[in-house]
Amino acid sequence: MHSKQSKWLWAAALLAYAFLYVPLIIVVVYSFNDSKLNAEWVGFTFKWYDMLFKNEQMLVAARNSLLIAIVTSVCATVLGTLAGLAMHKYKLRLLPLLVLTPIAIPEILMGVSLLIFFVMLNMTLGLVSVALAHIAFCIGFVAIVVRSRLQGMDESLVEAARDLGATPVQAFRLVTMPLIMPGIIAGALMAFTLSIDDFVITFFTAGAGASTLPLQIYSMIRIAVTPEVNAVSTLLMVLTLCLILLASKLAPSALRAE
Amino acid sequence: MAKSNRINKWLISGPPLLYLIIFFAIPSLIMAFAAFRFPGDYGGLLPLIGPNPDTGANELLVTAENWRDYLTFENFGLFFTDSIYVELFAKSFWYAGITTLICLAMAYPLAWLIARSPKKYRDLMILLVILPFWSNFLIRVYAWMIILGPQGYFSMAINQVLGLIGIGPVQLMFSHVAVIIVLVYVHLPFMVLPLYANLEKHDMALLDAAQDLGASGWQRFWKITWPLSLPGVWAGAALVFIPALGMFAVPDLVGGTDGIMIGNLIKQQFLDSRDWPFGSVLSIMLTLAVLLLAGFAALIGRGGKRNAL
Repeated sequence: MHSKQSKWLWAAALLAYAFLYVPLIIVVVYSFNDSKLNAEWVGFTFKWYDMLFKNEQMLVAARNSLLIAIVTSVCATVLGTLAGLAMHKYKLRLLPLLVLTPIAIPEILMGVSLLIFFVMLNMTLGLVSVALAHIAFCIGFVAIVVRSRLQGMDESLVEAARDLGATPVQAFRLVTMPLIMPGIIAGALMAFTLSIDDFVITFFTAGAGASTLPLQIYSMIRIAVTPEVNAVSTLLMVLTLCLILLASKLAPSALRAE
Repeated sequence: MAKSNRINKWLISGPPLLYLIIFFAIPSLIMAFAAFRFPGDYGGLLPLIGPNPDTGANELLVTAENWRDYLTFENFGLFFTDSIYVELFAKSFWYAGITTLICLAMAYPLAWLIARSPKKYRDLMILLVILPFWSNFLIRVYAWMIILGPQGYFSMAINQVLGLIGIGPVQLMFSHVAVIIVLVYVHLPFMVLPLYANLEKHDMALLDAAQDLGASGWQRFWKITWPLSLPGVWAGAALVFIPALGMFAVPDLVGGTDGIMIGNLIKQQFLDSRDWPFGSVLSIMLTLAVLLLAGFAALIGRGGKRNAL
């Protein structure tokens, strides 16, 4: 590569990285700024974090988000792993369609159709309806990760186990399961993050009954830009970073760019 | 053996299949059907089942004589008679299209550089592209609300520069520009990843051969790299364009009244004016647009691959 060309490439790439990171850094920096406006730097403070932990609504929303994310990641991981196995093992038509379409269409479509569905069933919108909706869109992501893991697996290992006298169940439990475990863990963490982050589908299926963190943030930033949002954003970013670090410890191969 | 195999197949695929039929397929069909119904007295949908005035028991209210009171094509008629709806679709396509092009222009050099970097740095460089994407979507929008807000340094700097050449202060927040900047920001990684996956596989020997044969840098790019990368370009374009098209939170937060898109109208029909049948019509139109685009992208993607081979 010519050095002149590569200089331009580096400049463009650095610009893109700056574009990705500078806004987030600004959010973090202003979360420590002792001013109600996100404008001039006045001085260092923890008071926005302090206010955050005294904000009852915010704490309830955080608890709801966590609860929904845990239930969602457990259920979506079980169903998604089954779907991934089925799609790898059998030639199916309907399942791949139902698994992949929710990922491919704009989220708002799933949000409004589930809203009509829950209201028609006379269900009170709340934590349950949100969790049911989250599971539906997370299954696909888990299934894809698990299937790609299965596709990379050496089938002869299972055959060898069978030749050596393992029953199909034993072969699955002792050979396949450990091999696809990184995929399952990655899928579970993905479902957890997707659920705790989701705004659009939650917005339509939560009703007045349940607020989640994203809904709370949305209602706050709609009214005014306040440093309390910066503080909660910073904490959420730290949480996500921890999850990613955890994932890279538990399943290093699952984090490889695909 | 064959029988136990079939049982296994149902045991494995049954639960997720059942779940997705109940919570994805059936709701979608109900929404499609809702597009042909009337709104209820207090919003929502006019019920098809209700108490019989004589007996009080719940029964189906639709009969062979009165079905016209319950089912209609009017909602679709409204979409096509009032030009503002089609115009809003066109505007949303325009926003999504511009967003896709800007993402492509920004992502291509980055993806190319990562693909040409030493192998040990590639995973890290890609991780750095994905990392911001893992922070909450609303936080990423909010970050730009700070930057574009009238008190932000960025806005002030831009207005100072514009002031020097005699153009009055402009408001960046609540404008088309704000919508497009934020749409680009939240979708950029979706363009980088497929491009990188494609560019990484290119055989550098092709470029060396072209250089030996006297091709200039631009020629090598346009005749070799670009055509070979088209499948990646189309995949990235689909991943950016489709979600951008259906976006409602971004225009809602930074677009003001000028910058609304289809998603905002759908949200408005379902939650504010509560005209669910018309909201369903809009959703069906959006679905059709997405399906057409996805089919189109798959077709071109396949064609691109064939050409590349």
